[in-house]
Amino acid sequence: MSDQLRVNWIRCDAHGLCAELFPERITLDEWGYPIVDPTPIPKELRRHAERAVSQCPVLALSIERIEDPPRPPR
Amino acid sequence: MTPVNSLASPQPTTLPRLLRGLGSGTATLSLDAHIATHGPLHIDIDAGSPNTTLHTTIAKSGIGGRGGANFPVSRKIDAVIAERRAPHVLINATEGEPPSHKDHVLLRSTPHLVLDGALVCAGVVGAREITIAVQAGSTAEHAALTAALTERRSQHMHPGIAITIATVPDGFVIGEERAVISAINGGPAKPTIAPPRPFQKGINGAPTLVQNAETAAHLALIARYGAEWFRSVGTPDEPGSALVTLTGAITKPGVYEVALGTRLNDLVATAGGLTESARAYLIGGYFGTWIDARDAHALTLSDADLRARGGGLGARAIIALPAHACGLHETARVANYLSNESAGQCGPCVHGLRAIADALDDLAKGNARAQADIERWLTLVAGRGACRHPDGAAKLIASALDVFADEIRAHTREKRCTASATKILPLPSPSSPKRKRA
Ligand SMILES: Cc1cc2nc3c(=O)[nH]c(=O)nc-3n(C[C@H](O)[C@H](O)[C@H](O)COP(=O)(O)O)c2cc1C
Ligand code: SF4
Ligand code: SF4
Repeated sequence: MSDQLRVNWIRCDAHGLCAELFPERITLDEWGYPIVDPTPIPKELRRHAERAVSQCPVLALSIERIEDPPRPPR
Repeated sequence: MTPVNSLASPQPTTLPRLLRGLGSGTATLSLDAHIATHGPLHIDIDAGSPNTTLHTTIAKSGIGGRGGANFPVSRKIDAVIAERRAPHVLINATEGEPPSHKDHVLLRSTPHLVLDGALVCAGVVGAREITIAVQAGSTAEHAALTAALTERRSQHMHPGIAITIATVPDGFVIGEERAVISAINGGPAKPTIAPPRPFQKGINGAPTLVQNAETAAHLALIARYGAEWFRSVGTPDEPGSALVTLTGAITKPGVYEVALGTRLNDLVATAGGLTESARAYLIGGYFGTWIDARDAHALTLSDADLRARGGGLGARAIIALPAHACGLHETARVANYLSNESAGQCGPCVHGLRAIADALDDLAKGNARAQADIERWLTLVAGRGACRHPDGAAKLIASALDVFADEIRAHTREKRCTASATKILPLPSPSSPKRKRA
């Protein structure tokens, strides 16, 4: 079980703010959409993650508790 | 002496199973002919409470969904029941994939088998409501289903269960379960973000068991003949038979029922063999994988075998690409189609698939530098959308770069394409935008 950032791709408008607020885990692709590093978020980075989540203008980010194994059907 | 089985069980010991009793023509099995062929369906559809005996049988059968993901049916049933609210059943008969015809064939020729399967789904989760989704362009399928429902109503069959046919817009991505549900619920005909998944919040917010039309048809027979019968063909991990749509350089193209694990070569032989030598096979439709014909001789039709080669059986559309065609051009056409079919709501899917499709065109025109761009973008689209459309498209295109490496070299270094046959992979004709099929 670990915490991960999750993007709601339907909402995300490529504002790019999240990459500024949480560069430790988020970079942007060439179209401005976030590329999220799936490495679990340690305690000391949790505040950065929460800030990115709360500052996203369209609330496209969330922190998800990932239970392994992940849920399938497509 | 009392004969064992005095009721002359119609349990078939050979294939076909689903396509049993169908002549070579296009006639629909009437209700009477359906019952004469498969026997009556005796299940307790006590709507409101799940039929646990049936559940056990389905779990023992080990059947995986036939809509493309091969997900265990019994686990979906578990998830729906665990919600403990009045559930709904959705039979996905949208079949938006241009090279696949199996669900359409089932609906047109044996709609009662699909309806029986829908009832099995309702019984196993305790649902009173069933929706069967077809695309607007599937007029013949809609008519066959409607006629079958009329036959059943005139005989007052299963009065406690409401069966509705829902018509959803034509398209490729509409077949994704959350897109179907959104359309039925009056929303946009596009995938929604998950969670919630259909088992949590589906049609009218009810926990919804979604199964492909062919999955339903198998369930109709599992409920009749049992798990052991179902497992008597196929492989231990992938039991049962499955419908395959085989087209391309094939003497008798069409929909075939095979045991999972059947060798591709044997299926091709059954279909009268190749019309000319094949360069490659596209296995698993437009979310599938190209396999070099030289590597195909030992290939068996199982997810396990294809997974080992980086692919999957998908909904089992198979196209034999003739040696005279160009796999690079063909893939570029399909990539363009898949990009156009994006539901247009997730950035990486919208921009990435477009960029990849354009770059594939460039590559086919001889621009060698396009390949590195494509390879980079392929890693950027997978897993970055609300549905798995970009993942499926990326898999297909990645396999093309691999299998058609020689062709790519010929295009970029020698600026030549040796293909004389074009437009092998079927796409909806422009005159009827999303309509496919001959
Ligand atoms: C882009 C996309 C298109 C799909 N199209 C279809 C389809 O046409 N028919 C279908 O049954 N499943 C389709 N699926 C899969 C469904 O979402 C769902 O998994 C399936 O209907 C469940 O049935 P099954 O478990 O019996 O296979 C599609 C999935 C995706 C991502
Ligand atoms: S801040 Fe929000 S909208 Fe902007 S790129 Fe990040 S997730 Fe997308
Ligand atoms: S990933 Fe693509 S096809 Fe799927 S919902 Fe997003 S935009 Fe639509």
